[in-house]
Parts: sequence; structure tokens; C-alpha cells
Amino acid sequence: MSEKTEKTEQRLSVFKTYKLYVGGKFPRSESGRVYEVTDAKGKWLANAPQSSRKDARDAVVAARKAFGGWSGATAYNRGQVLYRVAEMLEGRRAQFVHEVADAEGLSKSKAAEQVDATIDRWVWYAGWTDKIAQVVGGGNPVAGPYFNLSSPEPTGVVAVLAPQESSFLGLVSVLAPVIATGNTAVVVASEKSPLPALSLAEVLATSDVPGGVVNVLSGRTAEIATPLASHQDVNAIDLAGADEILAKELEIAAADNLKRVLRPQPVDDWAATPGIDRLTAFLETKTVWHPTGSLGASGSSY
Amino acid sequence: MASAFEYAPAPESRSVVDIAPSYGLFIDGEFVEAAEGKVFKTVSPSTEEVLSEIAQAGEADVDRAVGAARRAFAKWSALPGSERAKYLFRIARIIQERSRELAVLETLDNGKPIKETRDADLPLVAAHFFYYAGWADKLEHAGFGPAPKPLGVAGQVIPWNFPLLMLAWKIAPALATGNTVVLKPAETTPLSALFFADVCRQAGLPRGVVNILPGYGDTGAALVAHPDVNKVAFTGSTAVGKEIARTVAGTRKKLTLELGGKGANIVFDDAPIDQAVEGIVNGIFFNQGQVCCAGSRLLVQESIQDELLDSLKRRLSTLRLGDPLDKNTDIGAINSAEQLARITSLVDKGAAEGAEPWSPECELPSSGYWFAPTLFTNVTQAHTIARDEIFGPVLSVLTFRTPDEAVAKANNTQYGLSAGIWTEKGSRILAVAGKLRAGVVWSNTFNKFDPTSPFGGYKESGFGREGGRHGLEAYLDV
Repeated sequence: MSEKTEKTEQRLSVFKTYKLYVGGKFPRSESGRVYEVTDAKGKWLANAPQSSRKDARDAVVAARKAFGGWSGATAYNRGQVLYRVAEMLEGRRAQFVHEVADAEGLSKSKAAEQVDATIDRWVWYAGWTDKIAQVVGGGNPVAGPYFNLSSPEPTGVVAVLAPQESSFLGLVSVLAPVIATGNTAVVVASEKSPLPALSLAEVLATSDVPGGVVNVLSGRTAEIATPLASHQDVNAIDLAGADEILAKELEIAAADNLKRVLRPQPVDDWAATPGIDRLTAFLETKTVWHPTGSLGASGSSY
Repeated sequence: MASAFEYAPAPESRSVVDIAPSYGLFIDGEFVEAAEGKVFKTVSPSTEEVLSEIAQAGEADVDRAVGAARRAFAKWSALPGSERAKYLFRIARIIQERSRELAVLETLDNGKPIKETRDADLPLVAAHFFYYAGWADKLEHAGFGPAPKPLGVAGQVIPWNFPLLMLAWKIAPALATGNTVVLKPAETTPLSALFFADVCRQAGLPRGVVNILPGYGDTGAALVAHPDVNKVAFTGSTAVGKEIARTVAGTRKKLTLELGGKGANIVFDDAPIDQAVEGIVNGIFFNQGQVCCAGSRLLVQESIQDELLDSLKRRLSTLRLGDPLDKNTDIGAINSAEQLARITSLVDKGAAEGAEPWSPECELPSSGYWFAPTLFTNVTQAHTIARDEIFGPVLSVLTFRTPDEAVAKANNTQYGLSAGIWTEKGSRILAVAGKLRAGVVWSNTFNKFDPTSPFGGYKESGFGREGGRHGLEAYLDV
């Protein structure tokens, strides 16, 4: 064995300090707390930040601040930004395969399938930004001299409790539709496997996604979700990552300002092509009326 | 403003409708007594005359009605859509045929002018059944997947401001999609819903598909909480809506809520003043202001405030308040003593907080529940009358200088149901409409409804849409 090879084998790797992602910045939890994240076999992987209620509130403030710009961007622009995220994910594919394999105890090849499906999922939603309005909006044939249009609009700040088991594909499956339609998001990562989510934040930060559009928190789901569900400036909540008891509590809290609630849905296979339910769940429909002065557009004698 | 052109009385005849001295609950195709034998009276708000005595549904009755709806569901949902469509078309036609009766009945029980029941409520009721009838055999084309399924039994609770119209908004899409329903009308306006039971009988609707349970809030609460109800639809106050949202938390019940509003009616300096005045009047004095999407906050650009208010006051002086059955009546009675007390207390608060009330000279009838059309000037955004839903003929006038300020003020509310924009400038309409957080925006018009058009709120005005293709979603498993 040459001296050179021996050196390589003994090289000490550099650990990563995982941080939260709030308002385009990477802070530690204001509480100063971390918790141990282990792989499927119980081996220590990293100390993840354990977010507090204050971190959740900071994230909502950041998400609210970002909402005007993001929802006001053209759908074409949002689509390109989302596609850019997929590009960056592709470049970091190996990293995510590694992280997902550790997080979910999958073989390299199974983890690679998950990551590929995740990137493709992101691309799928990137293509929806400028189509959803045509699919769910429309002009209505009013019985009178009026013209009206129903258009979808984002509901606002959406709290997303990412699925607990699918640390990356599940996460992206619930996050991408929220921001594709122009909402901004506060994501609570899988409690047990938060590292892929925290790494995704690094991708988002370098992908033209404006700061605050996506905010990622790690920690105890119940602890972070409770202030989000009762927060008066959160417009909607996706309970995907909550168990039955927590989901009910959060749904009750969400009634206080009549948040839009997406209840936990049983998902057998996150890899299956989704419908548009997760896009429409966080949309409002606005109907704008205007007089036409005549009864129809086809009254011409030509 | 008395003039030489006073109208002679032109009363609609109340003899076109027969009101029975008492009504039961409508369960499984039959009128039955309430299990506990309780009854309540419904009165005419304009005269306080007792119109009829109504069975009051309790928990046991809710259970019975939900059971009947559950039994009927299997067959009704299995019918080909084209057959369900025909039932709904029949109902639409019978309503058209009997709309004069229904209009008189509604006016008697609700207190709203016959002009409105005849020309607004009833045509819209028929139109909703007609519209959703046509969806029943086309659901696979509605954009909710190739084989959308009904949910099951729908528990529906509706308010007193548009008793029959709200029934139509709820029942028509529910039946078209294959659900069966248990509907609770409001305690002050149960008659037209019970009359609707007779329309169902004439249409030959299968037993149990529609059940009507008159009662108070506790009846509605029991219906919402019933474990065998799959879908809850509610129109009413935001406070009750929140309570319902808590009740159905943790269940699989699908929920749609159409709640309160504090609509901003924004008038820019280039607006056609006369049209805007008509729109403002229609926006807040239609149905005595008892409209969730009423334009109860007038936001007027400062430079035209005086001109607009002069015109508005002049117009208000020509409104005729009185007998709702008179075809010339513009403003009818407030629906109940309770509602009148609420309006009065909020108006008193408005004056106490420093806003200035104004009403045209207006003689109120000696019996019944009445409130003169009122507008408040010198209103700030902090005033209770600018924040709370009054649900009465009371307009708060605020001013603004720039479009941005108008948008900021319009959006400064917990509600988000409706808004109006008055300007001749098309780009301004689109820019402002885009920034308003409201489910319905009327430009250069107000309070227009159509069954093809989705209606519903943002924020605490509730969630879900009624009307149009969107209105089907509430009753489908999607």
C-alpha cells in the first residue's frame, strides 16, 4: 500500500452544520437547540436545528413579505424559476441520493429512484405554473349583459407539514404545488429525517427562488406546527405530516381564522403521478364582473 | 322628499298562496311531527302577524332524517345522471310555474319587497336548478376526473336572508352530483323550504332524497355533528362557521362555508356618478342590506366626495319604505326583532364613536321591524361600523386619495367576499380587481348573481365556491 492511498483513507471528512432556511438566510434556531438525527440503523448523521415557536413566527413573517412579489410574478417567470430548481437538483443528484439513502435506509439504487422521481416531480410542477389558470379558471356565460371571468389566485402563506416517511419525494410532492401557484410556504421537515429538506433549502437559495418564498424548519413537528396552525397570518395548512391526533388538534386551531386545511391523505405511492388536487387546494377563485352593454359577443350580422 | 308624483298603493295579492296553520318536518317524503313535539311560530316581519306554527326538529329528528337520506342515497346516486337531470329540470319548471306563489310566500315570511322576490330571488332559484340539472349527466366532463363520485348525505344549514335562493344554491348541486340532503332552514324563514317539499312531491322526487328540518341553531349543530353526514355546507355568520369548522375537525366530512362580509365599494373620480349611485344603493340597500356580499363600506375618492354624497342622499330620499307586498316598495322590513336590535346597537355604537349618521326623512310603520336607510360619514377604519358586519341598511363612507390607498383600505378587513370598483378606466379596473382580496369583484355594477358564476369568499368569509363548475366540487369526492 502506498503512502498516498493510506493518506486518503485516513482523511477526516468535513461535517456539515445543518441550518434552518428562513427569509433566504440560513439561521440556527433562535432557541439554540439541536437534536440528533440518525440514519435508519441508528448511526449519528448530524445535529439538526430544533426550531421553536419563534422560528415558526419568523418564517411566517418572511413568507408574508415574499408573497406579494412571488404571487405577482408572471406565471412564466415562476415556471422558469421552478425549472431552475430542478436543474440545480440534477447537479446535486449524488448528494441527495446519499442523503435519502441514509435518511430512509434505502439502497443506493432505491434512493436514486426516489431522487430521480423527485426531480421529475419538480419539473412536472414547473410546467403547471402557466396552465393551472386555464384549467380551473374560465369565462362564465352569464344570463345578462355582463361579462365575467373566474380566475384562480394563490391563497397566501401556506404552512406545510411535510410527510414523515418520504423525506425527499414526499417533501417535494407537497411543497412544489404550493409555490407553483404563487403561494409562499413555511415547511416543517420530516421530524425523523430532516436532512434532505435542509439540503433542498440550499438548492432553493441558489436557484433564483426569492428569499422567503420557501422557508424550511426542522424540529419536533407538533411543537412547530401548533403555532403555525393558530397563526392569524397563515392562510392555509397542509397536514400531510401530522398523525391523526395532531391533525385534529391543528384543524381545530386552524378554524380560528378559517385557514384552508388540507387533511392528511393516505398516499400509497408518492411516485405515482399526482392529480391537480394539491394545486387547487391552496387557490382561491375570484370572479370579476363587468357590464358588456350587450347581450352577447356574437350578435354581429357578419 | 314628498313630491307630486307619489305612487298609489299597488299591493300584490297574498291570496295566491295558501299558508297552512301548521307544518311538520319533511322526512322521507312525508310531513311528520317532531319527536319531542316541540313547535315554534314564524311571523311576518312587516306586521308581526303569526303566519304558521312549525315543528321544531331535535336530535332524534336529525337522526331520522339523516337515516332517510342515507337509505335514499344508494338508489339516487346509482341513477343515471340523465335521470337525475330530469328530476332537477322538473323542479326548475315547477318553480317557474309557481314562482308567483313562492314570491309572495317569501315576502311574507322574510319581509323583503315583492319586487325583489319576484324579480331577483325566484328567477335565480329556478335558474340554479336549471343550470345544475344540466350538469347531472355531464359530471365526467367537469374536470374532476373521469368518474367523480358523490359524497353521500349532505347536511346543509342556510340563513334567513335569501331563504329559497340559498336552498337552491345548496340543493341543486348536491342532487345533481348524486348526493341526498338534509336541509335546515333558518328559524325565522322556514316556509318556503317547506313549500319546496311540495315542489319535490309534484316532481315525483324519490322519498328521502330531500329532507327539510326547520329548527334553531341547536338543530343545525346536531345535523353538522351527526356521524353519518358526509358533507356539511353552511351559509351564515363567521362565528358559527368557525364553530362548525371545529366540529368537523378530525372527521372526513367535507366542508364548505359561505360566511360574512364587509364589502368595499370603491368609487374613483372618473366614475359615472349616476350609475355609481345606483350601484351603491343596490349594493347596500338591496334586501335591506341583509346580504353577506353587501357593499357596506363605500370608499370614495376624496375629490368627488361631496358631489357623490349629494347625489346619493338625493337618491336615498326617493326610496320607498313600507309594505313589502306593495310592488312599489324599495325597502321592506328587517327580518326579525333580534336582527333589528343588532342593527340598532351597532348604529348607536357608530354614532357614539364619532361617525355622523344621516337618514332620509322616512316614516316607519307602527308595527313590524323597520330600519330607515342610513349612511355614516366621518368614518375611520378603526370604527366598529367600518369593521363589523352590520347586516342591515347601513352604509359607512370612507375616503381615499390614491388607488393604492383604496386597495389597502378595501383589504383592511378580516373578510374577503365581495368588492365593487367604479371607474371608466379599464386598466384601473383590472389593476385594482387584481389586488383586491375578495371572491367576487363587480366593476361598474354590483350584487349581480348567476348560476354559472362561482361565488364565495377569501379569508374569513369562508371557503369553497357555490355556482358554476366550481360549485360541483363541494359535492364530489375529489
